[in-house]
Amino acid sequence: MTALHYFRCLEGIVRREALRFVQQRGRFLSALVRPLVWLLIFASGFRFVLGVSIIPPYQTYVMYEEYVVPGLCGMVLLFQAMQSSLSMVYDREMGSMRMLLTSPLPRWWLLGCRLLAAVLVAVLQVYVFLLVAWFWEVRPPPLGYLLVLPALLLAGMMLGALGLLLSARIRQLENFAGVMNFVIFPMFFASSALYPLWRVQEASPVLWHLCQANPFTHAVELIRFALYGRFDPVSAAVVGGALLLFGALAVLAYDPALGAIGRRGAPAGAAG
Amino acid sequence: MTAAAPRSLTPASPAASAASLPALEVSALSHAYGPRRVLHDVSLRVMPGEFTVLLGPNGAGKSTLFALVTRLFDARQGSIRIFGAALRQQPGVALAQLGVVFQQPTLDPDLSLRQNLAYSAALHGMSRAEGRRRAEEELARIGLLERAGEAVRRLSGGQRRRVEMARALMTRPRLLLMDEPTVGLDAASRSFLLDHVRRLCREEGLAVLWATHLIDEVDAASRLIVLHAGRVRAAGGPEQILAEGGGGTLRDAFARLTDEERASEDRTSEERAGDAREAPP
Repeated sequence: MTALHYFRCLEGIVRREALRFVQQRGRFLSALVRPLVWLLIFASGFRFVLGVSIIPPYQTYVMYEEYVVPGLCGMVLLFQAMQSSLSMVYDREMGSMRMLLTSPLPRWWLLGCRLLAAVLVAVLQVYVFLLVAWFWEVRPPPLGYLLVLPALLLAGMMLGALGLLLSARIRQLENFAGVMNFVIFPMFFASSALYPLWRVQEASPVLWHLCQANPFTHAVELIRFALYGRFDPVSAAVVGGALLLFGALAVLAYDPALGAIGRRGAPAGAAG
Repeated sequence: MTAAAPRSLTPASPAASAASLPALEVSALSHAYGPRRVLHDVSLRVMPGEFTVLLGPNGAGKSTLFALVTRLFDARQGSIRIFGAALRQQPGVALAQLGVVFQQPTLDPDLSLRQNLAYSAALHGMSRAEGRRRAEEELARIGLLERAGEAVRRLSGGQRRRVEMARALMTRPRLLLMDEPTVGLDAASRSFLLDHVRRLCREEGLAVLWATHLIDEVDAASRLIVLHAGRVRAAGGPEQILAEGGGGTLRDAFARLTDEERASEDRTSEERAGDAREAPP
């Protein structure tokens, strides 16, 4: 198996993900509407309640709308990652995940391709959101739009790896509601996405520690700094470390010898 | 399409020595999900050109066997070899020679036939041009070439099964696994699939393991493996199965082979109950 085989496989998986995305226009629309609801309604209302002082990376006072945009970019990635994990469970039940896993290429590569494909689709959604935000007069420096790309990819891969890990553990489709309650909401609200952490620290030191330990906080900060042309090394390290950890655990969970799938129970449809 | 036809991922073993190797060799395979044992010491063999029916009632362990042979997970005990390549040590070589039609549908209903097949070709490392060429070849063989651009959603159940088979065959496997492929199909679609696969066995030396619980999918030329409660109850040609199953029709023999086990289980539980009654208080 040569590098060419690996590359063709990656290309095929990305192409399929892109085609599926184009086919499911409803999914795209809801992925776009979700952050817009937050930006156009929630943030507009909230700006009178919450003043944001000058904190890095901002050089001046910013409106709440401007503060919340990087967090909403993170939200798009988070939802997309979890939706992709849902579709992995769905895939596995429907059998196409099983088909993916019968490819002669190594499993870590297959999972990595699947992950990257989902992240690319998510990043595309983020850019569409940023475009709409631009019309809403949230306008980061032009260079920021380019610099945020690696941050979005890294953050997306990290969240996607977490989703992948969850997908090996979730057995039923219904459990996406559980993922919403126990993963998406806590990660989103206990982070710097909606409010700066110094405010949280004033209110509750315990919550502040939780926010600090939340990799999503660092994903959001990485995006926020990159969008304003700055690099936050701590966030980058935390997001990178979390990616390695979640990625390794996901590969283990899908490993045929060590994985959770064989030990825990029959594949869907394999009654006996 | 012969064994020597160019493939995208060429296995290590040359075709000449492969002729004598079993296409699939399962030895002393056991597997349990936690405390529940579903396969007990299963050994079986499928030779090139052989159409082997894996016959067993629901819950016999067929799907677990398929999950192990397709390497969804590894068996706790025993080994699986595909044309001599051990699945655990050389998964890439082994899987490159394997085509599978799963019991659950695996086609993406929103994508076209061509797009679905292209995806599978990419997973095997084929170039796009080669993938397109083989997709058209296989679709022509099942008579669906003119619908290649349509979404899978618009096909009937029988047509979808045919496409799944075409997809499994487009990577030129030498061993084809089919897990209950005829469930829910009408008689015409069933016989189309059976005829097509039997012809490939005869003419191109394809090895096939066909899992089913339907006895009427066995013909005189088939080899049979009867799996029940996780054990191989009988294996061989139809006459052998008749002999082992105590004569009558094949259906009677199958019923007896899969019933006797249940009877003996009942016996043991009765004995156990009897022991308990006789045990001193």
